[in-house]
Amino acid sequence: MNVIICIKRVPDTETHIRVNQTGTDIDTEGVKYVISPYDEFAIEAGLRVKENMEDGEVGLLMIGNSEAQETLRSGLAMGADKATLLRADSYMDGLGIAKALAVELKDSDAQLILFGVKAAGSDQQQVGPMVATLLGISCVTEVSSFEFGEGVVTCQREVEGGIEVIEADLPVVLTITKGEYEPRYASLKGIMAAKRKPLEEREADFSHPGIHIERFSEPTTRGSGCILEDSPDAVAELVRLLREEANAL
Amino acid sequence: MADVLAFVEQREGKIGGGAREVVSVAAQLASEIGGSASALVLGGPGLTSAAEGLSTAGATSVAVAEHEALSEYNPEAYLPVVVNHLRSGNFKALFFSASSLGKDLAPRVAAALDVPLGSDVTGMEVQDGVPLFTRPVYSGKAFTRFSIDADPVIVTIRPNVFPVGDYDSKIQVSKFIPDIDSETWCVRVIERKGAAEGAVDVSEAAVVVSGGRGLKDPENWRVLEELRDVIGPDTALGASRAVVDAGWRPHAEQVGQTGKTVAPKLYIAVGISGAVQHLAGMRTSQTIVAVNRDPDAPIFSMADYGIVGDLFEVLPRMTEAIKALKSED
Repeated sequence: MNVIICIKRVPDTETHIRVNQTGTDIDTEGVKYVISPYDEFAIEAGLRVKENMEDGEVGLLMIGNSEAQETLRSGLAMGADKATLLRADSYMDGLGIAKALAVELKDSDAQLILFGVKAAGSDQQQVGPMVATLLGISCVTEVSSFEFGEGVVTCQREVEGGIEVIEADLPVVLTITKGEYEPRYASLKGIMAAKRKPLEEREADFSHPGIHIERFSEPTTRGSGCILEDSPDAVAELVRLLREEANAL
Repeated sequence: MADVLAFVEQREGKIGGGAREVVSVAAQLASEIGGSASALVLGGPGLTSAAEGLSTAGATSVAVAEHEALSEYNPEAYLPVVVNHLRSGNFKALFFSASSLGKDLAPRVAAALDVPLGSDVTGMEVQDGVPLFTRPVYSGKAFTRFSIDADPVIVTIRPNVFPVGDYDSKIQVSKFIPDIDSETWCVRVIERKGAAEGAVDVSEAAVVVSGGRGLKDPENWRVLEELRDVIGPDTALGASRAVVDAGWRPHAEQVGQTGKTVAPKLYIAVGISGAVQHLAGMRTSQTIVAVNRDPDAPIFSMADYGIVGDLFEVLPRMTEAIKALKSED
């Protein structure tokens, strides 16, 4: 079975995010970029499908600027077979990204299209189900594990404190959450092999964004809190403050 | 007339807690643009009477789609009903809650209508009839302010952030029975292993009691459970990444950049030092309390209140004090 995994390049989650001087974006100076952590779960899930079935190809698909090639190489080093970069140098909103991906995916023979549940950055959690809707195929979000049956995939979803078991017809879009897909590290051999794997780059199908970002800002810092040394009175005082001052109990 | 629609969720025939926030935001926008706010709720037979209480949140009408196939959420069933309802009116905006359901359904509705979606919005300001939204990015390490040039404007709002309005309007409840052909569905719900009775998801709870490595052993979670139980029914347990990775707690409880983002009215961090990814996931909470033995733990920089001390001493006393307080109510 052929699998396509749609991934995004995002700042490492350790990054101390600063907004640039003009407030038009974050300050990218010195920022280290990585594959979004949820997308790593998706890559792991896709690689396991190929390994279990002993058949098919795992392709990576990404929208990004030319520097994103390096991110795709990291995914190839994990074990994906090929990669496509749809180059876009200006801002696209989630719908624009979904449309560009759908254009690329509509003629694909992949039965399984995976996304991370969301990008660690924009945190929109929307492109996967948008792509499925545009393609008119089934979609299950927040999947923690899945297995294949005859023409279908059975998925577990962890939502609202419970677990759902969902069956979906193929082809299907799944968005993957942490679950059981702890991502593998790229081996040295994998890193070497990745350099020779096919990586295509072409222009993304661009549509003008309907979302206009006016400005970025940093969160207001909280005033210094009331921190007490432990004592019997301290707990009573805390509970009183929570009730009377914070109105939180 | 330009109207605003609030998509309201029900679970097991009861209108959900986030409903009033969504209706209130819709009502706020409607009053600024000179229209009226209405609600849409989908569910099984008999739902109509549950919808009548929405008037005090500011909706002037509520449409109830009743059908056996709508009693539980399935995107295949819900999507066409929502899209058809939107097209039947003159709605300039549509609000969802950024719940599990809203996050699954709203992108599909937006794509079906060929309009963008603003996800997980935490603020709205209306200027000259145009709504400007604020939302956290990089898990709350930064915020963006944006407008949406689309008809209709669709956003999901983060639970527990928006105030619930107190309007006293008459509500008109109308019921309709949509045509649903489940034969054509390409997604089927096989089973729901429901959460324990009354369990509330960490991303939607009004109060979150979170534990980290400082608890030392998964057995020790009972001190958190006892605290949770005395605070009240809308309280959930959360966990740091370290204890989820260690297999002490399920991933569904993880708060932080690779877990859930939460914004409860009260967040109590117990034995959590406060890695940057954890802080990102809970910083928009209204009141933050930290209990940790290390006075230099980063969590205290984010806390409104804190106690430096041994959590195994502090927590039981806190539980007793809250129990005493609640028994006086």
